[in-house]
Amino acid sequence: MIIELGHFALILAFAIAIVQSTLPMIGAAQNRAALMAVAEPAAIAQFLLIGFSFAALTYGFITSDFSVALVTANSHTLKPMLYKVAGVWGNHEGSLLLWVLILSLFGASAAWFGGNLPPTLRARVLAVQGLIGVAFLAFMLFTSNPFLRLVTPPLNGNDLNPLLQDPGLAFHPPFLYLGYVGLSMSFSFAVAALIEGRVDAAWARWVRPWTLAAWIFLTIGIAMGSWWAYYELGWGGFWFWDPVENASFMPWLISAALLHSAIVVEKREALKSWTILLAILAFGFSLIGTFIVRSGVITSVHAFANDPERGVFILMILGVFMGGALTLFTLRASKMEAKGVFSTVSRESALVANNLLLAVSCFVVFIGTIWPLVAELFFNRKLSVGVPFFNAAFTPFMVALALLLPIGSQLPWKRASATRLLVPLKTGLILAVVSTALVFAMQTGHSALGPIGAGLGVWVVWGALADLWQRTGRDNISTRLSRLGRLPRADLGKATAHAGFGVTLFAVAAMNAWSIEDIRVLKLGESFQIGGYDVQLTDVKGVEGPNYQATVAEMRVTRAGALVTTQFPEKRFYPVQGMPTTEAAIHQSLTRDLYLVIGDPQKSGGWAVRAYVKPFADWIWAGALMMALGGLISLSDRRYRAAAGAKRSAAKGLPAE
Amino acid sequence: MKLRAALLIALLSATPAWAVQPDEVLADPALEARARSISEGLRCLVCRNETIDDSDASLARDLRLLLRERLTAGDTDADAIAFIVDRYGEYVLLNPTANGVNLILWLAGPAMLIAGLATAALYLRRRRTSAAPDAPLSDGETKRLAEILEN
Repeated sequence: MIIELGHFALILAFAIAIVQSTLPMIGAAQNRAALMAVAEPAAIAQFLLIGFSFAALTYGFITSDFSVALVTANSHTLKPMLYKVAGVWGNHEGSLLLWVLILSLFGASAAWFGGNLPPTLRARVLAVQGLIGVAFLAFMLFTSNPFLRLVTPPLNGNDLNPLLQDPGLAFHPPFLYLGYVGLSMSFSFAVAALIEGRVDAAWARWVRPWTLAAWIFLTIGIAMGSWWAYYELGWGGFWFWDPVENASFMPWLISAALLHSAIVVEKREALKSWTILLAILAFGFSLIGTFIVRSGVITSVHAFANDPERGVFILMILGVFMGGALTLFTLRASKMEAKGVFSTVSRESALVANNLLLAVSCFVVFIGTIWPLVAELFFNRKLSVGVPFFNAAFTPFMVALALLLPIGSQLPWKRASATRLLVPLKTGLILAVVSTALVFAMQTGHSALGPIGAGLGVWVVWGALADLWQRTGRDNISTRLSRLGRLPRADLGKATAHAGFGVTLFAVAAMNAWSIEDIRVLKLGESFQIGGYDVQLTDVKGVEGPNYQATVAEMRVTRAGALVTTQFPEKRFYPVQGMPTTEAAIHQSLTRDLYLVIGDPQKSGGWAVRAYVKPFADWIWAGALMMALGGLISLSDRRYRAAAGAKRSAAKGLPAE
Repeated sequence: MKLRAALLIALLSATPAWAVQPDEVLADPALEARARSISEGLRCLVCRNETIDDSDASLARDLRLLLRERLTAGDTDADAIAFIVDRYGEYVLLNPTANGVNLILWLAGPAMLIAGLATAALYLRRRRTSAAPDAPLSDGETKRLAEILEN
């Protein structure tokens, strides 16, 4: 019964979304307040209905109701409760339900906190948001209904893919979706502004918090996914340039560009049409990402042919929204004339460079992702585009970005002198060059990646600190220190996020350049050396988990005779899905991770063992968290609290979902 | 003990081969290093975007062994790769060749950057030179300004 109610609520939400997308739009065009006023209750009702629908499906999973086809396909009575709940979105239909839930949540937040928006703009934003809801609710109801029943329910379910039964991955999709779908707000604002024919500083001030919130969630979501890959897949890789990863990375790059260009609109009333274009593209890449992940087209053209209905539907959604928005853009963009005038050397130009580099790097990821498809469809060549291509084609743009960042972020608006700027950065430049040389001298026979990464990291982090220091003015040190805490939050957030970028850059280079690996057979009691540590295999035993069987090894790690740690890497076997997983044991420290994996027993006796020393591994994600934290600090800046009402609390309330 | 035996059987029967196995590793470290770096650029044909270095599929193991055989037989890196591409097609290459239509792929980024730089340069020049003064204030605005200034 509850399942049917959930199904019914979803249909009702679809009907309401249709109303929400039409009446307020007409109302705004004819300036009829009564019609425009429909938008807010509709947005809130849509959210509540989808929320109920989501709760109903969750109930089905928690109570293991195997008469629901989706529960049978993705759950099992023995599965721990956390993964029963996470199983709701660990599949196509359920993840779409989460998608529309978050979409309606953003719509409802705009209704709740958009009180100070001009009424026509608010009505149009909510109408566009409603229109996206219509498209995706239709997609769900007609091709991917999560509430379908089975005529003869089985006794137990097929379980969730064991790789997904992990806390990191349980919460990875919700964060990612908050980011993906959050960009729908930027899109709605952009389309509404195009219809209104007006983009000004106030518009940028409204749209930026939403973009920032979406970007923060994307950052956290991507970092979580990469952290999961690192510890779960068993060889310490953290980024594979997989189409599915690229699908989340492209919106991240574009929304990072959008964040920066919106500042130019807000402060200088320039780059307006470009910012609108970015807002459209950012959501466009979210849709492309959804298409890539949901249709399976990139993994294999044949997967698409087997189930063309869903793929074609998303492609249609993509075509309608991008085609419509871009047409509107070409018709209206010329109206967005810029006001601010600036010289070639200025903060504005630096932000143009930032946008250029981020947009082009996103384009490189995009073309690399779809190239196998293009080559097969149009040139009849079956080929692969993998890690080596992306490393070669993408990295130079990030290096250029890192080189420019400390300079650009400190340039004054309007016009600047490049030479005067270099004075505060001189120390940073020297430090960066010295650390590059030092690292280069210390390592022999390694690639240049390590030294360059170290130099760039130091340069960017120093640049962020120098930026803050500059902002404290010219006084004695204690006065300036006391001013540091009273700087606008936007400045603190900016420095934190930029420093985080530097940290991640450094750590990625370090991990790629200096990882050590050892693969060998070890008998009980034997030991081997890796990176100055002695690792001894002291025991291997079988352990029963709730829904798996595990082989647990005990490894004693010593350094110069002194015990460092005892680690317990596991190898699990999930009988329901017949699938093994590795649970690496990772000993973390500030400067390195010691990563131990137990493998298969060998015919000759003993066990296959893999060990890695991963330098500065955790800094990758620490840097990503700093970026997200910087965004959060910036989001709490006074000008948003004052100007955009309670939007900040909207963003804060989101993680609880 | 019984449990362990049962587990071992379960694991042995269910687990496919597992990335690079200790028994695959070549005795000569230089040769092994070459094999590793080549296999990081070769795709496991039956997997989803995995290199044969990372994959635990048995086909990936076969390819790893084949590669090591070629290297031990005295092939250069290029020879060994060509040998494998001949048999499995260019699909096996994770680093797409820079010839033919693939040039579009490789040059897309730089071309876009140049186009972007040109557009940005034009835009910046316009922003610098179009410093046309704003339209003069209308009578009403002048009056309002005077009012504000007086207060």
